[in-house]
Formats: sequence, C-alpha cells, structure tokens
Amino acid sequence: MNADAKAEPDPPAAPHQPAVPGGPLFELPPELAIDTAVARRVMVGFIRNQLHQAGFARALLGLSGGIDSALVAYLATEAIGAEMLLCVMMPYRTSSEESVKHARLVVDELGCASEIVDISPMVDGYFGRDRELGAGGETSRDASQLRRGNLMARQRMCVLYDRSVIWGGLVAGTGNKTESLIGYTTLFGDSASAFNPIGDLYKSQVRQVAAAVGVPEEIIRKAPSADLWPGQTDEAEAGFTYPELDRLLFWMIDKRRTDEELAAMGFPTAAIERVKRLVAASEFKRQVPPVAKLGPRTTGVDYLYPRRRPGSARR
Amino acid sequence: MLDENLARHSAVLAEARAGGARLVVFPELGLTGYQLQDLAAEVAMHQEDPRLRGLAAETKGLSTVVSFVEEADDHRLFISAALLEDGNVQFVHRKLFLPTYGLFDERRFFAAGDRLRAVDSRLGVRLGIGVCEDFWHMAVAETLAMDGAQMLINVSSSPGRDLAAIHEVGLGTATSWRTLMRTYAQLTTCFVVFCNRVGVDETVSFWGGSEVIAPSGESLFTAPLFDEGLHFVDIELGDVRRERIGLPLLRDERPELHLRELRRILGERTGMSPDQASEGPDDREGPHEREAPDDGAGREGWRSPNDEAAREDWRASNRRTVPNRWTVPGDPEARG
Repeated sequence: MNADAKAEPDPPAAPHQPAVPGGPLFELPPELAIDTAVARRVMVGFIRNQLHQAGFARALLGLSGGIDSALVAYLATEAIGAEMLLCVMMPYRTSSEESVKHARLVVDELGCASEIVDISPMVDGYFGRDRELGAGGETSRDASQLRRGNLMARQRMCVLYDRSVIWGGLVAGTGNKTESLIGYTTLFGDSASAFNPIGDLYKSQVRQVAAAVGVPEEIIRKAPSADLWPGQTDEAEAGFTYPELDRLLFWMIDKRRTDEELAAMGFPTAAIERVKRLVAASEFKRQVPPVAKLGPRTTGVDYLYPRRRPGSARR
Repeated sequence: MLDENLARHSAVLAEARAGGARLVVFPELGLTGYQLQDLAAEVAMHQEDPRLRGLAAETKGLSTVVSFVEEADDHRLFISAALLEDGNVQFVHRKLFLPTYGLFDERRFFAAGDRLRAVDSRLGVRLGIGVCEDFWHMAVAETLAMDGAQMLINVSSSPGRDLAAIHEVGLGTATSWRTLMRTYAQLTTCFVVFCNRVGVDETVSFWGGSEVIAPSGESLFTAPLFDEGLHFVDIELGDVRRERIGLPLLRDERPELHLRELRRILGERTGMSPDQASEGPDDREGPHEREAPDDGAGREGWRSPNDEAAREDWRASNRRTVPNRWTVPGDPEARG
C-alpha cells in the first residue's frame, strides 16, 4: 500500500467511519462474501507450489503490522511452516509504534523468524534530514509526501530482495486486489514480489479470510493505513470506505456492469467516474513494461513460456 | 517434466491394476501439464511415439485414458485423449472445442480436432471420450450417445474460480461442472466419468472433484476438491440397460429431425438457402409491427403479391450481407 494514489488531485472529503471498538469486526458486502475454506486451500496450495516449482523451501515478506501482510504471514505459515518464513519489519522513524507492535503480535503468534530493518538512514540518506543535505541533493530537501512515500516503499523492496539472498527464500507479495486496481501501490515498491497469494482478494475479502485464519482481531479492526505519515488512513486518502469501493470494483470489473447499470444500482456517478479513471490510469502498474518489437521472437509477445517450467527451478 | 509424468502414470496404473481396476482415467494433459504456451511443441508426442507406446504396453488387460499434446503428421498440435487397451493405442480423441476467452488461450497454441465418435472398448461398453471444454457443447454428449456410447468420459484440467459464498460446493466452477455432468448422464442415460486435475500451474489452481455418475444422473462417487488421489469406484454396467428400459430417452431421440433443422439453420446462416424464419423488411421494426393487418383477409390478405415481392427483394439483399436469423414471434410459421 503506498502513496502513488496521492498523484490523484483533490480527493473528496472522506466519509470514512473510524472502527468502533466492540462493533462488528468488519463490514462485508454480501456479494463479496467468499467460501473462506476454499480460498484458504487455494492460496496455501498456491504458495507451496510457487516455492516448490522455483526450487525454494522458504519465503519472506515485509510485515507492516497491517492486515494484508499479516494474512500472507498466516497463509505462508500454513503452507510451509513457521520455521520456513521470515518476516521483515521495516519501519521508518515516523512510522506508528502501533505498526511495529502489531507486526510483533503476528510474529509471536506464528513463531516465525523476524528481524527489524530500520529504513530511516536509507531514506534520510537520500532526502536529507534536518539541515543535512542528502544524496538526492537540493531538489530532494523538501520532497513531497508522494516522493517520500514511494522511496520508502522502494527501499523496503530493496531490503526484502537483499534479505531474500541471505534467507534463501522468495519474496511473497502482500498487495490486495482493491489497491492494485485503483493503483494505490508503488511500482517496483510494495507491488514487487515473486508471487502474490492475496492479489485477487478485495480488501473486504482479505478481512473475511483474515478472520477465518485467526489474524488477531485488533489488526483486522484497525483502519488500514500506508503509515507514511502520522494519522494517514487509506480510506481518508481515497475518499471511499473499503466496502463501498470493493462493491463498486466488484460490479464494475468482475461483473462487467456498464456505468449506466452501476448508476441504476445506486452508485454515485462521481464515484463511478473517479474509480474508472483510477483503474485506467494505473493500468501500467499492473503490467510488465512493453518491449519494442524488433526481432522474430520477443519476450512477452511471441515468446511465451510459463514462468515455471523444466529447468527453471533453482538448483 | 514429461518423463516424470510418464513415470507417475506408470506407477498409478500399477497401483490401479493391483486394486482390481478395469478402467483407469487420467486428467487432461496429465502427461504434460496444462499451462504450456510455447512449451506445447516441445512436449508433443506423435501417436507412434515410443514413450506413448511404452505406456500403452503397460495396459495389458486394462483400459486406460491418458491425455497429452499430440503432434500430427502435418505438425498440427492437438490436445488429445488416447484410449490405451491391451498394450495398444486403441483410439485417439482430439479436443474439439478450444476455449480462447477469459483465462483460456488454447486456440493460440493448438489445433481443434474435427472427428467425434464413440469407440468400442474391451470393457464391453462403448465409450464416448471428450476433453474438458468439449462437454460445454451440448452436441458432443448427444452425438456420442447417438453413436452408441454407454459411458461418457471427460478428462479435464479445469481451473477453479469464483469463490462466491453462494455456491453449493464453495467453488463456482465445481458447481457448474457437477450440474452439467449429472445432466448429461440423465439425458443420455450413460455413465459419466469426469476426471479433473489437481495442482497449480502459474496462477491457476485445478480443483479436482472428479466424479462418477450413474445413467440415472445420481452421483456414485465424488472426489474431494484439490486433493490428488487414485479412487476406485464399483459400477454396475447393467444400470445402463435398466435405466434405458425405464426411461427410453435415447429410443425417442429424433436425430433426423435434429439433422433436418440443423441443415436448414446452417443454410440460412450461410445464405445458401432462403431464410424461412424471416418475414421481410418490416421485421426489422420489431414484433409490434408484425401483426397481420385486420382487414378481414387474414394472413392470405397480408401476403399480397407486393408484400411477397418486397420480401423477396429484402431476402436477396439479405443474402448478400448478414443472414437474418430473427424469429417472428407473431408468426406461427416462424415458431415451427
């Protein structure tokens, strides 16, 4: 989850409702409800197979303290066992203390390996800190939140891929379908992974499965946040609540409803327009960069192989 | 990959034989894996391929259906299912319908088969073999039954999807397949054997859930979702006769009617014969225009020479462009 979505100008005021303690654990639009036992079975099998086919026994992931990475940690533990999983916590100096606390909660529950890598020196080394000029020079002294957030996400990616060498495992992705579709991700940052078990689950469905696999309630209940600055929440930034956004995306994308049909279902026209634009504008983030076609066979065009095939596994 | 799958097939065959099986069915592309793309040509085998012949040699006293990428003499690649019996490659069915939509891209890599026939087996029943998508087309099961099949065998690599909680078995794909296969069994009064893959290729997870269904439509066996397994199912071949005596649907089939109407429809579609379902230029205006004028002359009055001429003109122009297949709700002739 990251900050590129802020490139979208003036999000409307958030109708976000803060989580009410003691209220229902999460709101699940009925059409989004899935069979969690089957979902769990598919995702666990997927993780196992992705690793097996690549010749790996171990996995690692960036554990933020949020629900998405917590769910992947639970699923990975079920797939390969806690001893084969490394959770890396990568706070920045302004990250909320609660994030690290919740991440620790997951690690303690699962009994997997973990480590903390403070990315502050990496980020500050570029943007500078206080009066100190960073490697990014003068133009980076007062960098926007967007730039700072993206760099943080990419530093975390760098750390994860570096740790993957020591750990000898593959990086599991933790992005969900909602944020991917609206482009609320950082390209080559949090969206980078070797495989992603939860990338086809809307946030509401992530919550449903998280509850089913036993992710701690306080993690499910708290307001989702990229935690790039104090008090930031996804829903305030996007201007939608997740259940609203998930429903709209589900009918628009999965069920192929036209704008007129969506409006007739009661979705506000402005929301339809805005979400459509977010989805279209972030198409590039969901695809491999195009290669100029020159030769007889071009990767991704007419040289088409499965990622995993005979000979592709690490020896 | 191919060698490992061949070895796995051999091992399962041996286990099945030891367990007393007479018919052993493996899933679609069980010898090669499903998500092949450009690998298809690299794992393809000719019907005479020694590796396939070697597997066939292990079927003494057995009937087995295995599936692989077949390379024909002219180097077209097919998704094929072979009936191996008593050491021979007895029969090969080439997948007829290659899904190329949604998550499927088969037509890009494979040629479609164009022969559909049932085959006698050493089991004493005639078999109708299809591959996955073949059974999403009604004519396939019907044709195989008309060709004398008493057991329909579908080998599949069906990727699981749609986890909406409303589904009976937690998976939309599984629910659809169960409905289809039970319906085929009932309508054709055949046994139906559905063998579906498990495992993961790239993004998709195959869901298993293989079934054996009696000619009554009753499911005799359902394998668990997603688990690999060799399952033994005892069936009573006499059920085919009992079901067909009690419910003589096949006796009452009207293949000549079906064929006649199909010929007519094909002729109309291709513009080779007049479109009997259309009624002239006014048809385009919608059903409310199609009532015969209430001039006391009834339908004969409506069919005035001028109208006929106009219709004929329109039909002629229609033949040159897109054949019109609109039916005419107000016209008893069109309802046929």
